[in-house]
Amino acid sequence: MPRWDRVKASFFDGERLVDSMPRLLEAFVLDVKIFAWTTPAILAVALLLAIARNTRNPALFPLRIFVIAYTDVMRGVPVILWIYLIGFGVPGIGLERPWNSPLLWGSVALGLTYSAYVAEVFRAGIDSVHESQRAAARSLGLSSAQTMRHVVLPQAIRRVVPPLMNDMVSLQKDVALVSLIGPIEILRQAGIDKSKFANFTPYVGAALVFLAITIPLTRLTDWLLTRERERTGSSRVR
Amino acid sequence: MTDKLRLANVTKHFGTNRVLDQLSISVAPGEVVSFIGASGSGKTTLLRCINLLETIDDGSIHLDDLEITRVGVDANPIRRRVGIVFQSFNLFPHMSVLRNTTLALTEVLGNSREEAESTARTLLARFGLADKFDSYPDRLSGGQQQRVAIARALALNPEVLLLDEITSALDPELVGEVLDVVRELKGSGITLLLATHEMGFAREISDRVCFLANGTIAESGHPEQIFGDPQDQRTQQFLARVINSGRLN
Repeated sequence: MPRWDRVKASFFDGERLVDSMPRLLEAFVLDVKIFAWTTPAILAVALLLAIARNTRNPALFPLRIFVIAYTDVMRGVPVILWIYLIGFGVPGIGLERPWNSPLLWGSVALGLTYSAYVAEVFRAGIDSVHESQRAAARSLGLSSAQTMRHVVLPQAIRRVVPPLMNDMVSLQKDVALVSLIGPIEILRQAGIDKSKFANFTPYVGAALVFLAITIPLTRLTDWLLTRERERTGSSRVR
Repeated sequence: MTDKLRLANVTKHFGTNRVLDQLSISVAPGEVVSFIGASGSGKTTLLRCINLLETIDDGSIHLDDLEITRVGVDANPIRRRVGIVFQSFNLFPHMSVLRNTTLALTEVLGNSREEAESTARTLLARFGLADKFDSYPDRLSGGQQQRVAIARALALNPEVLLLDEITSALDPELVGEVLDVVRELKGSGITLLLATHEMGFAREISDRVCFLANGTIAESGHPEQIFGDPQDQRTQQFLARVINSGRLN
């Protein structure tokens, strides 16, 4: 049986932790950056996908089919595979700088896959708005686009904030996958330090940094869920 | 006088179920017409077809001289002229009472916010909602919500207002305040079509009462005749059931 002092030395070496932490935090800035630029793009693309899928205009049927195929394919393949495929593949076809950056295409891969997941969240929200709300809006002479914008989406988005946050927590962690194609973000920096010192403490340090972000985000999600439940007025059954 | 509304042989199916069967009726401007009949007789569907929320399978509907059910007619301008109030209010829960009432004014008619709000405030105050401008629908009683819904429909100043069982979802003590609003509308020039289970009210307010059965008008006439001396056997049976259940006062 491994002895506790060995475990402690290998995973919880305080000196190593203190030594690595500045480098880890510095590398983490890249994770935050990737997260910060992919998130708005994901939300925007996902919302467009959800609206396109919900369109009732028969002329737009091919668009609906495209969106369904897109979400099926993007969600049906592991994120890491898309990151390899797009992040390594696209720069490899001979693009000039700065368009051959793995960081760019890795982010694109993340964005494409997550937009498919998030689109489904938005779609669930749009579907949850009762048909009578559309009827009321249309009966006032609002067009279907105006109905979507003023009546359906505001209610739909409010309802999906908690599951949306859930996907954002997920994304925040999956940003680390981009390290596998080169960019030195926190996970990769931790790997470098681990090899240098032959000690796993840098990984533990990286885990702590992630937890420092994801746990508050998760609590915020829970709080939003509770508030949403209270707002919609359904009182708890004992 | 030309008809405000003219329905000719209107037929509507839901799947194999024929909900409206060759229904025809003409309504004069300013007339108040009530549709009574058992649940499933087609009252609600009829009103929804007139507002173009449902498409009809056969026949035609004219608003003044315009055939509104013809393929290619833009529904939105028609709906500005034909308002509808729903049984379940269908207020927008994420908007204040005031915004519920101004939405169509600013977005459909292109009124400025100030203009729209002044119209809405006047209407809401007229229906006893002056202290509710900033309230959200969940905070209102059913009667208040339905009055807001009526104000919302009236904001566009429609020529025809369709009232679809507007008191059916209300507690009995709240029915009166909503019916008072409808009483006030009568004679203002607006054409009113009601689907209703409030027989006493239909008798009081209507210029004409139509009894619907199996998707068609089985009998129509002056309210005193329909309620006092119904000719069709189905009308007689329906009214007998209503009287037995204590709904006709």
